[in-house]
Amino acid sequence: MKKTILVMLLTTIAMTNTALVMAGGGGYPKSPANVDVDDMASLQRGAKVFSEYCLSCHSAKFVRFNRVATDLGMTEAEVMDNLNPLGVKFGNTMTAVMTEDYAKESFGAVPPDLSLVARSRGLDWLYTYLTGFYADSSKTTGHNNAIFKDVAMPNIFWKQEGVKKPVYEEHDGTVVLVGVEVVEKGTMAPEEFDTMIRDLVAFLSYIGEPNQSYRKSLGVYVLVFLFVFFGFAYAMKKDYWKDVH
Amino acid sequence: MEQKSNGLMGWIDARFPATKTWEKHLAKYYTPKNFNFWYFFGSLAFMVLVIQILSGVFLTMFYKPDTALAFQSVEMGIMRDVEWGWLIRYFHSTGASAFFIVIYLHMFRALIYGSYKKPRELIWIFGMLIFLVLMAEGFMGYLLPWGQMSFWGAQVIINLVNAIPFVGEGLSTWVRGDFVIGDATLNRFFSLHVAAIPLILVALIFVHIVALHEVGSNNPDGVEIKKNKDENGIPKDGIPFHPYYSVKDIVGVIVFLMFFSIVVFFMPEMFGYFIEHANFEPANPLKTPEHIAPVWYFTPYYSILRAVPSIAGSAFPGVIAMGASIVILFFLPWLDRNPVKSIRYRTGWYKILIVIFVITFIILGILGTLSPTNGRTLLAQICTVYYFAFFLLMPFYTKLEKNKTVPERTT
Amino acid sequence: MSADAVSNSKRRFLVAATSVVGAVGAGFVAVPFVKSWNPAAKALAAGAPVLADISKLEEGQMITVEWRGKPVYILKRTDENLKVLESDVDMLADVNSDLSKQPEYCKNIARSYDAHKKISLMEGVCTHLGCAPTYVPDLNNPFAGSLGADWKGGFFCPCHGSIYDLSGRVYKSMPAPTNLPVPHHMFKSDTVILIGQDGSNA
Repeated sequence: MKKTILVMLLTTIAMTNTALVMAGGGGYPKSPANVDVDDMASLQRGAKVFSEYCLSCHSAKFVRFNRVATDLGMTEAEVMDNLNPLGVKFGNTMTAVMTEDYAKESFGAVPPDLSLVARSRGLDWLYTYLTGFYADSSKTTGHNNAIFKDVAMPNIFWKQEGVKKPVYEEHDGTVVLVGVEVVEKGTMAPEEFDTMIRDLVAFLSYIGEPNQSYRKSLGVYVLVFLFVFFGFAYAMKKDYWKDVH
Repeated sequence: MEQKSNGLMGWIDARFPATKTWEKHLAKYYTPKNFNFWYFFGSLAFMVLVIQILSGVFLTMFYKPDTALAFQSVEMGIMRDVEWGWLIRYFHSTGASAFFIVIYLHMFRALIYGSYKKPRELIWIFGMLIFLVLMAEGFMGYLLPWGQMSFWGAQVIINLVNAIPFVGEGLSTWVRGDFVIGDATLNRFFSLHVAAIPLILVALIFVHIVALHEVGSNNPDGVEIKKNKDENGIPKDGIPFHPYYSVKDIVGVIVFLMFFSIVVFFMPEMFGYFIEHANFEPANPLKTPEHIAPVWYFTPYYSILRAVPSIAGSAFPGVIAMGASIVILFFLPWLDRNPVKSIRYRTGWYKILIVIFVITFIILGILGTLSPTNGRTLLAQICTVYYFAFFLLMPFYTKLEKNKTVPERTT
Repeated sequence: MSADAVSNSKRRFLVAATSVVGAVGAGFVAVPFVKSWNPAAKALAAGAPVLADISKLEEGQMITVEWRGKPVYILKRTDENLKVLESDVDMLADVNSDLSKQPEYCKNIARSYDAHKKISLMEGVCTHLGCAPTYVPDLNNPFAGSLGADWKGGFFCPCHGSIYDLSGRVYKSMPAPTNLPVPHHMFKSDTVILIGQDGSNA
């Protein structure tokens, strides 16, 4: 009987997985971001890219400069000089250089706040998005995006990455977009550009949850403690239950 | 025999039944000695309640029930600015899901060992009320972070009320206090979530336990231990709850806390099931997320809702079916006509029926998280039919069972 | 019997050990909850040092600057005022500010930097019950009526009548027990003061 139940439950789990894979399928394939949020050098570079390119239009209004300094091992001066284009107070948060009114006027919408974009979109999506721009003359920005079709955001890295063209393949009679490829070199070598994007994604991951590394390291101690606690409690239970026959 | 005690305890006992209560409910509360794994979940549910109240009280200190401030007070105030606020929030978000996991397993235990049967019908009904109140608590709590899922999840559920003929629209407007979910809704849900519903919940848990201690616990053999007492009037198969089950439950709690900590510290979002990804975007009444689904613990009923087609342009039948899927559980003690409690001594095919029931319930849950397709809707319909058939046909098929002999004593 | 005794001592040990570990665990769990009451990053950011520009402050004038939600008085005293501070000692409760709060560099009669003797900073929070004392430079002030004809300038607390002199030192027999606190501060230049930070508590 137990075996039957086990088999049935395992079948269910297998079916579940199939169903979930089916649900996840479809759409443009995401490439793994492979970032390391414990790599301080990468985070610092990412922070610089973020303040230079993203902070002009996007805000990260939940992120305080002094927190970034502490977490990334930077001095107050480094943060104030390099990451703070508006020169707001050290304890204040990252506001966009462009005002919201101006953004509404010129783009029709306020660019989304990026504090939590890593948690709402996921790292792989961000990496795929940031590397997924390709030239498309039908768009006013001159670019389209492989994973975010008709995105309003211009391709801010066009100089660095060069000109990219979409790659199509035919599957079961329909033509689908499967990737982008560089057709004209930019100012950065492809690997260099890739590193920059990964640094940026790492920084976005960090600001999405600044204490994520600490959380995980603390978790290890908590589990070790619970194992010790379990040892004593289990021995105590065993001892008491000797009475029960 | 009540013994006279002296000193401070004697002084207190003369004025308050401290020792009496301790003995009646713990030290001399006789519990069957054959409890197995499934009997941990009652004490675990209590543990989760403590976690939720403690973390909830602290979150209330930092949360702001205002549509303009709520999202920020959670995602910036609690998650970043308040020292350790993130941990308290993860305790609470993980605790919400843990509550339902534990309660579902607790209910499953009652199902397989017949713990709802005479003389424990009231315990079951109080338990079902707890489950119902817990769903309300979870639903209202989910609105508070004011993320996209908070907003649209509440939107969909409140709009179910619209399907009620004649009074539906007026009723849903009354619930919201506005024509859309807004400040008024957030404020009343906050009040209910942090004050009213927890009070009801605690009161129901109290009567659930009082009723349990009146009739005594069931056990995996479904044997009434009170029928076999020794010369001192102590059940032969009983052991005092304290210390035997208190030390055992401590072990259970620690193992539970290990799993709980793994989620809190290593996967607080639980792949988007405990905290949904779209909830990291602030609520936007003008833009529905690409894919919306209720939190996982509601999805089986949501699937049932979607499985029932609308009739004559009214979505009401689906709403009825969803409500009925929960209401029917209240009648379980009277639907099951088999006098044998434990599944151990019931027919083999009844076990199969229960396994299929669990599987259909899980499938309904999974389908509820996915967007519907024709195939999925058909599958949900099959599962829904089975769900209702399992209960509605129970009065008939439980009479056909060939039971094994139930032992006199626990094994 | 002896076997029982052994098992009992083992049991006592296990109960004690489990209780101790459990109590330690409860202690750990309490930490985040207790610490969550500390000032949040937002409050800390609001409590950051503030800059005050005193280039337009003239002798005998006072400006009020907000720091950590409290009024900070910046008073520029005249030479005459400073002389008064030397002579009014008989009337004061804590002449040398031994019982009062101020940074070490302001523990002097003028309660100011020696290099900027005329500039006095004090928190405008009466040490009695926290009202903001009023600056009463001379007898031409509506509050001055009760202060006597020999009033040489100082502060008067409207709540319970405590009187302070021009360096915030409280008079004898007043409801307020100690002098007005002097916040940590430093001169960025002759005309710019940073309130809330000096070399010692940065």
